[in-house]
Amino acid sequence: MQKSSNERKVLIDGSRLITEGMARAGADSFIGYPITPANLLYLYASRRMPLMLPAPDEITTLQWMSGLSATGRLPVTATSFPGFALMIESVNMAFMMELPMVIVVVQRLGPATGTATCGAQGDIALLRGMISGGHQLPVLCTSDFNDCWELSSRSVSLAAELRTPVVLLTSKEEVMTQKSFDLSLLESISPVKREFYNSNMPYQSYGVEGDEIAPPFLPVTTDKWQVRLNASTHDRNGILQHSNDEAIANTVRLDRKAAESLDSFTYYELDEQDGADTLVVSYGITASAARDAVRKARSKGRKVSLLVPKTILPLPDDYRMIMGKYQKVIIAEENINAQFADLVFGSAIPANIVTAGSAGKMITPSEILKEEDCV
Amino acid sequence: MNSILKTTELPYCKGCGHDLIAKKSAQALENLGLSPLDVIVVTDIGCHGIIDKCLNTHTVHGLHGRSVALGAGISFGIENPDKKVLVFIGDGGSTIGLQHIMEAARLNLNMTVVVHNNMLYGMTGGQTSGLTPRGFCTTTSFEGNPFAGYDICELTHTAGAAYSSRIMGVGDITDELVEAFSVKGFALTEVMEICPSYGVKLNPRRKLSEILESSGKKTGVWKNERKAFVLEQGKKSYDLLEELKGVEKDFPEVLASDLSLVISGSAGEGIQSAATLLASAAMRSGCHVTQKGSYPVTVGVGFSTAEVNLSPEPINFHGIGVPDIAIITSADGLAHSKKRIEGMKKGKLFIDESLETPSTGAEVIKRDFRSAGARSACMYAVIYFAKSTGIVDTESIYKTIEESGLAEKMPLSKIKEKIGSLN
Ligand code: SF4
Repeated sequence: MQKSSNERKVLIDGSRLITEGMARAGADSFIGYPITPANLLYLYASRRMPLMLPAPDEITTLQWMSGLSATGRLPVTATSFPGFALMIESVNMAFMMELPMVIVVVQRLGPATGTATCGAQGDIALLRGMISGGHQLPVLCTSDFNDCWELSSRSVSLAAELRTPVVLLTSKEEVMTQKSFDLSLLESISPVKREFYNSNMPYQSYGVEGDEIAPPFLPVTTDKWQVRLNASTHDRNGILQHSNDEAIANTVRLDRKAAESLDSFTYYELDEQDGADTLVVSYGITASAARDAVRKARSKGRKVSLLVPKTILPLPDDYRMIMGKYQKVIIAEENINAQFADLVFGSAIPANIVTAGSAGKMITPSEILKEEDCV
Repeated sequence: MNSILKTTELPYCKGCGHDLIAKKSAQALENLGLSPLDVIVVTDIGCHGIIDKCLNTHTVHGLHGRSVALGAGISFGIENPDKKVLVFIGDGGSTIGLQHIMEAARLNLNMTVVVHNNMLYGMTGGQTSGLTPRGFCTTTSFEGNPFAGYDICELTHTAGAAYSSRIMGVGDITDELVEAFSVKGFALTEVMEICPSYGVKLNPRRKLSEILESSGKKTGVWKNERKAFVLEQGKKSYDLLEELKGVEKDFPEVLASDLSLVISGSAGEGIQSAATLLASAAMRSGCHVTQKGSYPVTVGVGFSTAEVNLSPEPINFHGIGVPDIAIITSADGLAHSKKRIEGMKKGKLFIDESLETPSTGAEVIKRDFRSAGARSACMYAVIYFAKSTGIVDTESIYKTIEESGLAEKMPLSKIKEKIGSLN
């Protein structure tokens, strides 16, 4: 790492970077409900966000966020599976109403309440399946402190651009571990510029023109046009419909929204080595072990490449294409059912894909690339 | 001015009380001089919720029972006090969302809730609700509900609502609604009605007034003299990076290769702060560091363990299996880290002399760490480790302690004396 001239080394955790990153990007409200291991985010947000409200439960959390979002704010919360499970119906509502917001999901060991202070990467299967109808909302996943900064701010701008809830996925070990870090390495973040609908043509809450995929937004406080938000199947005006063509077209657009905008938020780290026939793929907390594994293998003369996916949903095609170039692919993630591999390949995981998993324990570099892989 | 209602042809069964509520609510809003776009009507699931398309107001149609919380969120976000948040909910929704109602009442948010209480779930086929009175027949309790219903007005009143009222949904209820709608703060009006499609059929010859009376409830208004919640303006916002103290490299580099430490003791004995001080001190010599803590859910009792990595290079993976160094200052700490210590084939174990040494391949150093006092035993042990290994400059630790303001909280001079005699 290059030493910068205005180096400012601090001891810092990921929660602080995420909260500050979101605030600088324009997140202006935090609704909190305590849950380990997301509590540092709540604590920091209470000091940082212009508006901070303590909710009595996680369903209320998401409803209050939706209400705030409807008035033009950009709300954020942070939770972990047990709390997120309570939020899911309301996440569906916010998705259907097309309300921008960010939910930070800090993964911990499940099932159920599992172990609150033990990290995990067990929630992408849930995130993939949480919207009824199989629709997807954007899920970005942090793999280091720089991601805690950049992806958190990107989640905020993405939520506003696409008029959608966005999940920022992380895990206990990323947000509760302090590390020495040079703050001068962080790029500056500018607040998202929200453009509300300002045409003189009558406003339709779910009206899209031309190749628009997300409808322009107007808060429910406007005096100019009627705004209608609806969690049930609805037409362009936001009026409840059973299943007429216009309403179903709207539902179909919702399904296409994230997928068709994916190019604007496809993030991954690809460190390819000439002549390598092995590719290590890892995301989230395990990416740090993967980076060490690859570095160590290379120091021993082994040629190996590394892919760190950061955009998890919708799944960019890039990953499958990159993996397709290698004779051997090792996918490492902290769960015992190869959830990422399943996301990419379904139940037909090709024979050249090796998965490394773990429950209740971080995967170590030597579990990703074993000694024999390094000679 | 546009009227609140787009049409007088409302989509309810003939004779449904929802029709009256919608029309009189619209009238009440108009009587208050509100234009449609001054009003945000939040509805949810149930027959009452199909009103949206008939309204010229802003409309938000949400999930079953969540409309009060959704309306609360809108109320939080509205800066203009002349805007009106009006929430429609049914008796079914008001129990699935009871917490939302209680919360909005407790905070006295500026909003009005109209409970359409027809004493059963109409949309789904006439099932018993939490507001169905004892003895009232529904499709799922055809011999009469064996349970008494909630008194929603008593609940909101107790929770602190500025205004709670119960009215009969017959005749001209405009004035009663005007009164509720003009409250600044949380107002809830429960309108009693009977669903002609289920309630009337299953309870023939029963009158609404008689049903209410036999349930022990009365019409009326219950008030709390309270100011409406107003969002505090100008909340202080701290830059989370600015407030962090930067660490300058003001000591020479000493660390040649990676080193992992596990520091274990008892909760409340300064384990985590000793680890943070060690990590910060190491940064002064240009080390890259990571530090994480683990402790039981009840943070005040039992073990407290800190894991610290020190490296001359940036650190990616921060997990520690078997450490290079273990520092143990209490029996709780020993119990928590014993397995790891037994797994050590080399390295060093610094352990308080009162403790039994586990079998380990590490070099064992026993000292009277607890003689510095329970709260400082760990700090002493950490400084002792630094001094005896030379891995972290003890002066950098002292300086870090002094700058952190923690020096007064520990017998630093006593520790220094003990350490000094090591030379
Ligand atoms: S089913 Fe009952 S509550 Fe629903 S519209 Fe008909 S009469 Fe009204």
